[in-house]
Amino acid sequence: MELASLLQYLISGLTNGAIYALVALGFVIIYHATTIINFAQGEMVMLGAMCAISIYQVYPSLPVAFLGGVALVTLVGILFERLALRPVKDPSAIVLIIITVGGGVFFKGVAMLLWGKEAYSFPSFSGETPFHLGGATLLPQNLWVLGLTAVVLLALEAFFRLTLVGKAMRACAYNPRAARLVGISQGRMVQLSFALSAGLGAAAGILIAPLTLGVYDMGTMVGLKGFCAAILGGLSSSFGGVLGGLILGVAESLATGLISSGYRDAVAFFILLVVLFLRPQGLIKGGS
Amino acid sequence: MRSRAIAAILVFLLGVMLFTAGCAKGPGTEPYVVGGIFSITGPASYLGEPERNTMEMLVEAINAAGGIKGHPLKAVIYDDEGDVTKARLHAEKLITKDGAVAIIGPSITPASMTVLEITQKAQMPLISCAAAAGITMPVKDRFWTFKTAQTDQMAVERIYQYCKKNGISKVALITVSSAFGVAGKAQLLAQAPQYGMEIVGQEVFADKDTDMTPQLTKIRSLPAQAVICWGVGPAPALVAKNMKQLGFTIPLIQSHGAASQKFIELAGDAGDGIILPAGKLAVFAQLPDTDPQKAVCKEYADKYQAKFKGAPVSSFGGYAYDAMKMLTQALDQAGKDKAKIRTALEGVKNYVGVSGVFNMTPADHNGLTPAAFVMVKIEKGHFKLID
Repeated sequence: MELASLLQYLISGLTNGAIYALVALGFVIIYHATTIINFAQGEMVMLGAMCAISIYQVYPSLPVAFLGGVALVTLVGILFERLALRPVKDPSAIVLIIITVGGGVFFKGVAMLLWGKEAYSFPSFSGETPFHLGGATLLPQNLWVLGLTAVVLLALEAFFRLTLVGKAMRACAYNPRAARLVGISQGRMVQLSFALSAGLGAAAGILIAPLTLGVYDMGTMVGLKGFCAAILGGLSSSFGGVLGGLILGVAESLATGLISSGYRDAVAFFILLVVLFLRPQGLIKGGS
Repeated sequence: MRSRAIAAILVFLLGVMLFTAGCAKGPGTEPYVVGGIFSITGPASYLGEPERNTMEMLVEAINAAGGIKGHPLKAVIYDDEGDVTKARLHAEKLITKDGAVAIIGPSITPASMTVLEITQKAQMPLISCAAAAGITMPVKDRFWTFKTAQTDQMAVERIYQYCKKNGISKVALITVSSAFGVAGKAQLLAQAPQYGMEIVGQEVFADKDTDMTPQLTKIRSLPAQAVICWGVGPAPALVAKNMKQLGFTIPLIQSHGAASQKFIELAGDAGDGIILPAGKLAVFAQLPDTDPQKAVCKEYADKYQAKFKGAPVSSFGGYAYDAMKMLTQALDQAGKDKAKIRTALEGVKNYVGVSGVFNMTPADHNGLTPAAFVMVKIEKGHFKLID
């Protein structure tokens, strides 16, 4: 086994893992506030990428496209919660989860109508000249993905642990009734969580668009892998989600490189099954 | 209650009026119904959409010119969404309900294989627009089945001829795990000994994969002189990008699945230098004037772009173009009798089409040779004819 190759597998795995991690964080945020799983999260990633690509075509400035994409999708997240989830008469977790599945299909369909079925390219944030690192190469965009994941992770942890709003949000998940008794507006917290996770998903989508291209059905697989990562990490911990994502990404990359490229997608779902059988609470138990 | 009854009667009367109006044309101008089954939506829509457009465009033009011996054409086109079961249902509908005299499509190989079972039994001429050689082979079980797309087999032959000519004998394969990639890989492996090619590595990727660096890293450590990638859609463009990132110095050869302007756009800078077999439509302007296909390709491209503004002309639409043209010719000779249409299709000789020069025989219901492909190289965002 060549060392340079191994390093290359690691870099590829960590970049993909960071993408899964960003999606997993979206799951974790909503789970924190509502104890439901938002299966439309993958589509937020897609919407982010597609919106940014469209904005860039009209006004070719990366910061504008990035912020515009994130803002638009955040709005979509808020509207989704408001129009599809809030009016439900029987807000039990399973009903809401099924609605999010439907929402995901809806977003994908609308995206297909808006953007068609073609793939679109999006320019890299800082050029495409690869860096060389001990025989392996990585693109500046890989660093952007890894860097943003780290920043988002720290910011989220700080938000949930240190700020009043973050604590209130977690309170809603642990005990909604008690949270209401102490004067926390649960509705507002849920809305905030959807806004946050949609914006985060969009940022992830825009970040990966230069690497993966943007296409209307890119969200589904990323969403599922992110879900695996979130489950692996224990759903209620941001660190767990990121760790789960990175493990998943590296496992996939190593499986492709060392065993056979046919097993790549099987790895994620195999890990998911093993975790659900053996350690359903995930690697890091949340709620500490 | 009463107003609802009146409304129902009115709707009924309206229906009767429309129906009689439709029948009022008289017997001499009875339309020929031509069926179409394409993957207009779904993952293979890049095939089905131009095919549908092309068929509608041709039918419109034929009807505007007075139809076939006074008979107008009526196209009944269904969307199978890339779904085998739907394709099958549509084929049954075309045979039993719509009264089609022949069917064009489906767009993809799995759907074509299913549909041809039905059309064979119903003795219905079928002209498939899909690639696999198995659609018209073995010919004794494909009596009623024809196809217009070039086969993988021809693309592989062209690629290996090119490799041999340029001193490349060791290649690594990276193929998509869908039907297209599996069929292509089978051909690449089967024909390798004949051309003295050594396959030093075989990697696969899934249709929706977005990062192929692990597979390519593995290939990088092999003594390959070229990488052959077999896939369609965005994934082959990502293979090109990943190869550039990894600093590959050996050439990348793509399949005809990458022969579209969209591929060049997606691959960006990484597309430069890629070599691939393509239908002549992609480079028709560079063909020598002596090439008989030049004029046909130009006519199709001009008409298509005039009608569907901004839509790039694709070789996939070309498959439907050739199918419809040959069918029109057959209808002109044979009228609406299906057996005669079939015989006329089998007798097509020297039809110069967009996808090649067709010479059908009872033993060959595709009628093309590897010469239907040219080798092209991507240079500064354009296809350049090299062989």
